[in-house]
Amino acid sequence: MLIVSCPCCGVTAEETEFHAHGEAHITRHTVGSSDDDMETYLFMRKNPKGVHFERWRHQYGCGKWFLMARDTVTLEVFGTYPAQTTEPPADLLELIDAKRPGWREGA
Amino acid sequence: MKKYSVFAVAREAMRHHTGWTRAWRDAAPKKRYDVVIVGAGGHGLATAYYLGKNFGITNVAVIEKGWLGGGNTGRNTTIIRSNYLQDPSAAIYEKSLSLYETMSQDLNYNVMFSPRGVIMLAQTEHEVRGYKRTAHANMLQGVTTEFIGPEKVKELVPIINLSGPRYPVLGGLWQARGGTARHDAVAWGYARACSDMGMDIIQKCEVTGVQTSGGKVTGVQTTRGDIACDKVGMVVAGHSGHLADLAGFRLPIESVALQALVSEPIKPCMDVVVMANTVHGYMSQSDKGEMVIGGGTDGYNNYTQRGSFHHIEETVRALIETFPMVSRLKMLRQWGGIVDVTGDRSPILSKTPVDGIFINCGWGTGGFKAIPGSGWAMAELMAKGRSPLIDAFGLERFTEGRFIDESVAAGVAH
Repeated sequence: MLIVSCPCCGVTAEETEFHAHGEAHITRHTVGSSDDDMETYLFMRKNPKGVHFERWRHQYGCGKWFLMARDTVTLEVFGTYPAQTTEPPADLLELIDAKRPGWREGA
Repeated sequence: MKKYSVFAVAREAMRHHTGWTRAWRDAAPKKRYDVVIVGAGGHGLATAYYLGKNFGITNVAVIEKGWLGGGNTGRNTTIIRSNYLQDPSAAIYEKSLSLYETMSQDLNYNVMFSPRGVIMLAQTEHEVRGYKRTAHANMLQGVTTEFIGPEKVKELVPIINLSGPRYPVLGGLWQARGGTARHDAVAWGYARACSDMGMDIIQKCEVTGVQTSGGKVTGVQTTRGDIACDKVGMVVAGHSGHLADLAGFRLPIESVALQALVSEPIKPCMDVVVMANTVHGYMSQSDKGEMVIGGGTDGYNNYTQRGSFHHIEETVRALIETFPMVSRLKMLRQWGGIVDVTGDRSPILSKTPVDGIFINCGWGTGGFKAIPGSGWAMAELMAKGRSPLIDAFGLERFTEGRFIDESVAAGVAH
């Protein structure tokens, strides 16, 4: 059972209060883009064995969207951060670097 | 290979069972093979078997990072059916079901195929319409299946509670030819036949790299040394994305844990397979008497092979509504397997951007039933470069937007 802190309302709760919505930081391609870009946007996912950045929603709480860094093997939650960003915050990346040296090569 | 028969049993009984030999050879890797299949699960072994049987290609190694059939082949709930909605799916699952029907004879190995019948319960109006549509599609495809009313469901499954508080049973999609088979026996039967054809089955041999030259595969690096080959078949389910990464291409796949549990053995009480997709639960009774229960997938990517606890709670809650007697049962074991899910919930059997590498993955939550058909078609693809049975399942369908959309028909358990 994941324990998740919502960065929007500050509540810390079990995962059943939240809902996962797949990989974060996906570049949105739309009308006029190439077939390959469209395929990448719609279907290609990193699916890493290790550190994964993903979108979550506080479904049965404040209802807001946020982002999370999590390990897909150990299920460790590294941290959550607001959704209004195109890349993970520097302090979170530092924390992951310390806990999982070399993780960026597999990402 | 010694043939198994009633005479062999009698002969061995006379001499205190001293004459049985190993079913298959646990081989060490050679330097070179014509074909390397990565993954000694059902799909990988079936691919190797049909490469040898149908195309005479026997210089084959099947390499496995763990042990034979220790991944999803040994973790599924063994349900076999072929009543899928879309034409390409119905074709390959029907081929598979027909191969299951004669598998024990073909392999001379008892896979305990039990065509006891499979019901998929319709518990909402939406599901009733969906299953009627599937039944009509199946009629056109020549796949025998029918939509039955609640009285017939009760007749087939006396322990069911039709008037559950949340989702009363409104009918069901019934395929009398569907059923179950012994999953370990499927892996072992294929392994025995492959080994008999001179193929090497190599366990504890993890692929750590893929060697290519000029866009063509030349071999694989493994924890037991480099193995050269002309063709590679990647048949590794949940770890497909990881392996594709080593070969330098991407797959439209996400991996999640799917879990199952099994109860203590009880007297026979249900002789069909019942699936309830609305409430995420399905159940059958094994020959030992255990109730084998399958649950839903986790809501997020993971590689844990155990699954989230609250999903078990949801599954068991749903089953208790549908089968009240389950509330008295003790559960013996619970486990998870990593399934590889595609965007349209249909598998990928395809050439890849690397010449000589073929991929068979994306079976998601419904791979066991497809093992023989998948192996049959994958062998044809690898031997001849094309298999009509799986033309529609190529990787290019995601670029072209030509999906085989089973996600509506079987987004949960299938």
